[in-house]
Amino acid sequence: MVDQAALENDEPLLVAASLSKSFGRIAACRDVSFALYPGEVLAIVGESGSGKSTLLQMLSGQLTPSAGHVSYRMRDGITRDLTTLGEAERRFLFRTDWGFVHQDPAQGLRMAVSAGANVGERLMAVGWNHYGRIRDTASDWLTRVEIDVARIDDAPRTYSGGMRQRLQIARNLVTEPRLVFMDEPTGGLDVSVQARLLDLLRSLVAELNLAVIIVTHDLAVARLLSHRVMVMKGGRVIETGLTDQVLDDPREPYTQLLVSSILPP
Amino acid sequence: MNAMIEIADAKKTFTMHLQGGIELPVVSGVTFDVNPGECVVLSGPSGAGKSSILKMIFGNYRCDSGRIGIRHRGAVIDLATAEPRQVLNVRRSTIGYVSQFLRAVPRVATIDVVAEPLIVNGVSRADAQARAGELLHRLNIPERLWQLPPATFSGGEQQRVNIARGFISDLPILLLDEPTASLDAANRAVVVALVAEKKRQGVAMVAIVHDDEIRHLIADRIVDVTSFAAAA
Repeated sequence: MVDQAALENDEPLLVAASLSKSFGRIAACRDVSFALYPGEVLAIVGESGSGKSTLLQMLSGQLTPSAGHVSYRMRDGITRDLTTLGEAERRFLFRTDWGFVHQDPAQGLRMAVSAGANVGERLMAVGWNHYGRIRDTASDWLTRVEIDVARIDDAPRTYSGGMRQRLQIARNLVTEPRLVFMDEPTGGLDVSVQARLLDLLRSLVAELNLAVIIVTHDLAVARLLSHRVMVMKGGRVIETGLTDQVLDDPREPYTQLLVSSILPP
Repeated sequence: MNAMIEIADAKKTFTMHLQGGIELPVVSGVTFDVNPGECVVLSGPSGAGKSSILKMIFGNYRCDSGRIGIRHRGAVIDLATAEPRQVLNVRRSTIGYVSQFLRAVPRVATIDVVAEPLIVNGVSRADAQARAGELLHRLNIPERLWQLPPATFSGGEQQRVNIARGFISDLPILLLDEPTASLDAANRAVVVALVAEKKRQGVAMVAIVHDDEIRHLIADRIVDVTSFAAAA
């Protein structure tokens, strides 16, 4: 369910222009350009070492590109180059308008504090200070990600892998970001747990009209969640297009290899 | 033009890189129009490229050359060259596709699977579910199944859910890939009636139907796909 007004909104939310990154003599990412629109889900697929994680780090302002730039349309409507943002501005963006879902929930959560605090912390960071309201909102979000509210005072280290991942999602979405970065969000999970998480992500993304950039090596994840896909190999984008086009009618040899490597359901 | 679909000289070849780069010509010179209220049936033996043409019209297969003109909100968009976002827009508000198989969404209830295309276009959940219920009734899906996800249904039941999902929309173009393949006589008759209603509403349709009797009942015109056989 994609919001119509937003899809027809012709201003991109994020623009990557000729992004490259080298580590010494190794070019991890070469000349990547694209525009992402509000409510659009873009999957970046490719195998380990293809440069997809390096790209995600540059897009989310965590790694400075060797060449090229990333610009983002802020909530006030002004488009800014990420490299011109101060550290405080970038942190604020990360706490409010952006989310980042890590493959390992331990990287995105504070494992020793309660689930409620994990969710509430992001609200406090944007100035909420009424304990009752924070707790109500946190409970509400736990319910939305299908975590029993009775577990609100337990720390995520007592949670299963699937629950931790759902908690990480709640923590990210509570401030109603417009853009969420996801790095292999279903990576370490059992197949049945994966299916449930994907289903949940799919409905939340549509309901909240989120723009998402998701890095995955799993084409089934790309098919289920994304509108558009970019296939990376050796640091370059080798094929891009509508997700079902690229997966049903792959053109490049490498994409054909990837698609043909999927086991039939 | 008044046509809803205007295909001109469209060509499709698969290059199989994993098989030494052999070229597999699918179709070439595909040229035909479809007008509002008309059902064009594609004919030809298996492998002639009928499904590929349907997929090209839906923007699922890319064309090597040629043009897939689609009337979308009063203007004509060439899907052969459209941006991904435009293709998605066209699919949401202009072209519906009823495939042979339901791509089941794991945990969504049948009634919501059917209602979704309306909700996406701004119809309230209650109204959308009411219309979904009517269609499911007509297609003989018992009410006790409506709250269950269709993943566990039989092949014929899944296909009927799929048909309900395809026909619920008010989209001006519908593509039908074997809509009656695994249905019994009673349900085939329901599909024939649904197609007739869509024609009266001015919907342009392109269908693949192997059953001669059904083809005879729904086709206004037959396009023989063998004439588009690609010269190897």
